[in-house]
Amino acid sequence: MALQLSNTQVKWLKVAVFVLALLPFARLVWGTATGAFTDPLAEITKISGEWALYFLCITLAVTPLRRLSGWNWLVKLRRMVGLFTFFYALVHFIAFLWFDHFFDVAAMLADVVKRPFILVGFIAFVLLIPLAATSTNAMIKRLGGKRWQWLHRLIYAIGPLAILHYWWMKEGKSDFAQPILFGAIVVTLLALRVFWHFKRKPQTVRA
Amino acid sequence: MLFKRNPNGIDLPYPSEITPQEIYTGRRSFLTRMAATAAVGSGVWEMANREAFAQAAPGQKLAARANVALSTDEKQTPFKDAAGYNNFYEFGLDKDDPAKNAHILRTRPWTVRIEGEVNKPLTLDIDGLLKLAPLEERIYRLRCVEGWSMVIPWVGYSLANLLKQVEPTGNAKFVEFTTLADRKQMPGLGSGVLDWPYVEGLRIDEAMHPLTLLTMGMYGQVLPNQNGAPVRLIVPWKYGFKSAKSIVRIRLVSRQPRTAWNDSAPREYGFYSNVNPNVDHPRWSQASERRIGETGLFQPKKKTLMFNGYDQVASLYTGMDLKRYY
Repeated sequence: MALQLSNTQVKWLKVAVFVLALLPFARLVWGTATGAFTDPLAEITKISGEWALYFLCITLAVTPLRRLSGWNWLVKLRRMVGLFTFFYALVHFIAFLWFDHFFDVAAMLADVVKRPFILVGFIAFVLLIPLAATSTNAMIKRLGGKRWQWLHRLIYAIGPLAILHYWWMKEGKSDFAQPILFGAIVVTLLALRVFWHFKRKPQTVRA
Repeated sequence: MLFKRNPNGIDLPYPSEITPQEIYTGRRSFLTRMAATAAVGSGVWEMANREAFAQAAPGQKLAARANVALSTDEKQTPFKDAAGYNNFYEFGLDKDDPAKNAHILRTRPWTVRIEGEVNKPLTLDIDGLLKLAPLEERIYRLRCVEGWSMVIPWVGYSLANLLKQVEPTGNAKFVEFTTLADRKQMPGLGSGVLDWPYVEGLRIDEAMHPLTLLTMGMYGQVLPNQNGAPVRLIVPWKYGFKSAKSIVRIRLVSRQPRTAWNDSAPREYGFYSNVNPNVDHPRWSQASERRIGETGLFQPKKKTLMFNGYDQVASLYTGMDLKRYY
């Protein structure tokens, strides 16, 4: 019943996802280079932040979706979408360091400490770094599966921090529709894992 | 240093003589684009509104004498940016929403009621407002609280001209400005971002200050709807949101009025909201700004000036703690 894909199909799927995932970045480059963005600095910051959040949700959705659908090949896409989460978060962070502080690291850090809104976003970004750094097969081997898994549970902190950052950003305009939507998505995806973890007999994934 | 000096103050050029060619051209391509959007974008319903669109279309010239003494000589923001990048939540939350949606606003007939603590309350239509005092063109810096800025040639006259007509009483300590709130014409009113109608306010001495401009046009023409047609306020030393758009009522009152943004987020938007590089917004610094059309990726942002560079208003706030009254 479950949709199965051959290795070749998965390979092509990965190529397709990779290209699609770069489209928002291409839009940033295009919009900035052509002058299509009226306020490019604001636009780059906004779009990169939004896509970091979208990819965070996509990454978190892989395991539950795989479990519910039996599409085991989904796991082969997880590392890539996870790294795209980091990529867009990195662009978002660089935009902040570059546009807001023109690479003055001391001023940037002062800003981080001063504003809770920025602080939570910054912590979420910093916590993503070890996850991205340990994404290779070699690193998984070096850490060992168990420890690697423990480390990657940092996502339980990163998800809510990212939502809080987004929430506070939208708070100024009392515009909570999006933060509520994405908050619900992240909470659901994380809660599903907790639920499955504590179920006495974990449901075996159908092959 | 900031202002062009005019030695005699009388012999001033018309704006058509000083508005650069590129701005006129930009205006035309903007119009074409707007028309194309209206025609292609949304079909029959849109077509039904074409008449209103045509009637309200920007481009109608508005002659005015350039007030060089009160104008900056900084590079003007391209018309397409000033008319395409707007915060006017009555027409949607995104910056390009007002330009897309505001064409359905009917700006004629339009009346403004001036009332409250005055001896001679007055209701004026747009023609009455346009005739009340000689129109001036003033090129002002506009600083948005969000951290971006523009340089825009506005057309209007000092609000004081109008306020003097209605003879404020001794109780008139503040002035309240109310924006139209009509669900039929303003799709953004469905959102709960603000408690409509949009209300802004000034202290009476701020409202009477010669820099405070009652504005009917920009770039030598009638205000585009998305910029607050047919009549708006421009208070150049305050963050942009203090300058109410599409005004239907001006009320002189004895107490500080409630204002829309202060109601919504008092910690972020104070009643005074003077441009002040030393008072941060809770979520970002106000020390610098992105000048639209100029600030690129490869140079630091422009330093924001106290009172947006309009030092002549400093005396209004003598002895006031501007960190407390932000």
